[in-house]
This record gives sequence, structure tokens and C-alpha cells, in this order.
Amino acid sequence: MADHALTDVREDIANVSGLRTIATDLASDRKAFKNVSWGKAMMWIFLLSDTFIFSCFLIAYMTARMSTTVPWPNPSEVFSLTIGGTSLPLLLIAIMTFVLISSSGTMAMAVNFGYRHDRRKTAALMLATALLGATFVGMQAFEWTKLIHEGVRPWTNPWGAAQFGSTFFMITGFHGTHVTFGVIFLLILARKVWRGDFDTQRRGFFTSRKGRYESVEIMGLYWHFVDLVWVFIFALFYLW
Amino acid sequence: MAQAAAHPQGQQHPIKLYLVVWAWLFVLSTCSYLIDYFQLEGALRYSLILLFMLLKAGLIVAIFMHMAWERLTLVYAILVPLGAVLVFVAIMVLEANYTLLSRLSFFGLGS
Repeated sequence: MADHALTDVREDIANVSGLRTIATDLASDRKAFKNVSWGKAMMWIFLLSDTFIFSCFLIAYMTARMSTTVPWPNPSEVFSLTIGGTSLPLLLIAIMTFVLISSSGTMAMAVNFGYRHDRRKTAALMLATALLGATFVGMQAFEWTKLIHEGVRPWTNPWGAAQFGSTFFMITGFHGTHVTFGVIFLLILARKVWRGDFDTQRRGFFTSRKGRYESVEIMGLYWHFVDLVWVFIFALFYLW
Repeated sequence: MAQAAAHPQGQQHPIKLYLVVWAWLFVLSTCSYLIDYFQLEGALRYSLILLFMLLKAGLIVAIFMHMAWERLTLVYAILVPLGAVLVFVAIMVLEANYTLLSRLSFFGLGS
């Protein structure tokens, strides 16, 4: 695996290693991120800024939960699902977690087939990812409906601290929006891949630029990030 | 196509690697869920939640997002700023404790 990554490294920078590469990369004029296209570097930087946004939401939630004198509602009970008379804690959330992880798996494989220029498999796997993403959003809509029926509002809820509702709707809503936009972009990109735009060098409808299969990997970065954020929400909001 | 074939680019890894990571993410998620299912309490609960969370996050970032194969400059440019988040968390823990203390001492319980 390591030799795969090394094949791309230019001769002149390959003989520096460790922390020194950072110094030489940043000190070289022209381009700091070698072997990374601007599209990928910009996606990483966008994801970093998005990380800060989600961090702020989660920190706000932590602060509210730590400083309230009213007991926090028990998420294990709030999000339990009753099936066949038995109450299963967090069942829906667990299923949502598995759905999103599976979508990350199909996306990782789509990126892989993209670099092999297997456009049919890439497009099919991206469609599968979009489908799983849409399933996730659907289940989240179901969860919201259930909680709203039970009387959860951003300013009140039947079980305890009022901030529970506001943090819940804010954090999961913002994450759900990210998933929704991801699904839309996945569908757009899957159509391009299926049509063979990246093989025939067809120009995009919006930018009029030729696309590359690297777009699939950049899309993948965004999608894995959405999954990554859910890992933190699942652990810190639902399980804590 | 010819141009792309002449310059093989991007990350090429065997599919098996992704399937193994996928399986591990399933196992770790199941473990996270079981923490709640068995109603573990106290320090054990919180440390396990954080452990499984960080393992999952690490697998996703390192393998799925290919961070493990990126150049160190990009890795540091993305990961080092996250230290600021940890500092922010520390500040707000102190702040929240102070707020709670003030609420308890000036407003009493239940407000």
C-alpha cells in the first residue's frame, strides 16, 4: 500500500522525510500541498471549517447540559422504540448509524472503482450511497415527527431540561441538512459518471470545465465527513 | 482516458481493505450500542463511549478519507487546528461549572 502512495511523489521531494517534509513543503513557493489537487485541498479546508461549526454546536450542548440544574432527559428512554410490546433503547438511532456507515462503505468503494475508470460500478455504488443517505434522512424525519408528537419543542419538553429540544433540533437538523445536500450532489455526480462525462471530457453544465474521476473522491471526502460527524453526535448526544 | 491512463493518479487500494474497515465500523457501532443496551454506568460508560467514538473516527479519517496516505503537510494542516477545539472544550467546561455553581448558590435548586 505504501508503495502505491509513493509512486506519485516527485523525485525532488521524495528524499525528505518526517517533519522536515512539512517545513520544505510550506517553504517551497508555488504550492504547499504537493500531490493534492486544489479541489481536494479546498474540500479538506471546507471540512475543517465545518468541523468547527459542528464542534461549536456540540460544545454549546455540553455547556447547556453541564450547567443546568434541571435533570437532563435520558436519551436512552426518549429515543426508545416499542416493538411488539418490548421497549428497545435507541433502536432507531442504532439502525440509522448502521445505514450511514454502510453508505460510507459503498462510497469508499465507489471512489475505488472511480479511479479504475469503471464508470458503471462507480455510478451504481454512488446511487446506492445516495439511497442509503435518503433512507437516513427519512428515518430522521420519522424521529422528529415522533418527538414533536410527544411534545418536544426547542423551548420545552415533557422530561426535563428545556435545552434538550433546542440542542437536539439544532444538531440533528444541521447534520440532516448536510446529508440531504450530500444526497443531491451524489445524484448529480452519479449521473455525470454514468453518462461517461469524465471519460469523454464533456464540459460541466455549470462551470464549463472538464471533470475528472477525482471528483468522486472529493465527493467521498464530504460524504465520509457527514458519517464522521454522526459518529460524534451518536456518542455525545445519544449515548452520553 | 488516454491522458488519465498515462498518469495513473489517485488512491489505489484493494477493495478488501474497505470491506475490512466497513466490518470493523459495524463491530464498533454494535459495541457502542451495547453500552446503552446493558445500561453501563459511570466512568466505564463514558470511557467506552469515547474509546469507540475515537476508534470509529480514526478508521473513517485514516482509511475511508485516505488521510493515512496523504502527505504530512496536509495531515498537519487539517489535524493541528483541531487542538483549538479541545482548548475551547476545556474553557467551556470551566465556564459551565462556574455557571452551575452560581445557579446553585444564588437561585437554589430547580431553576
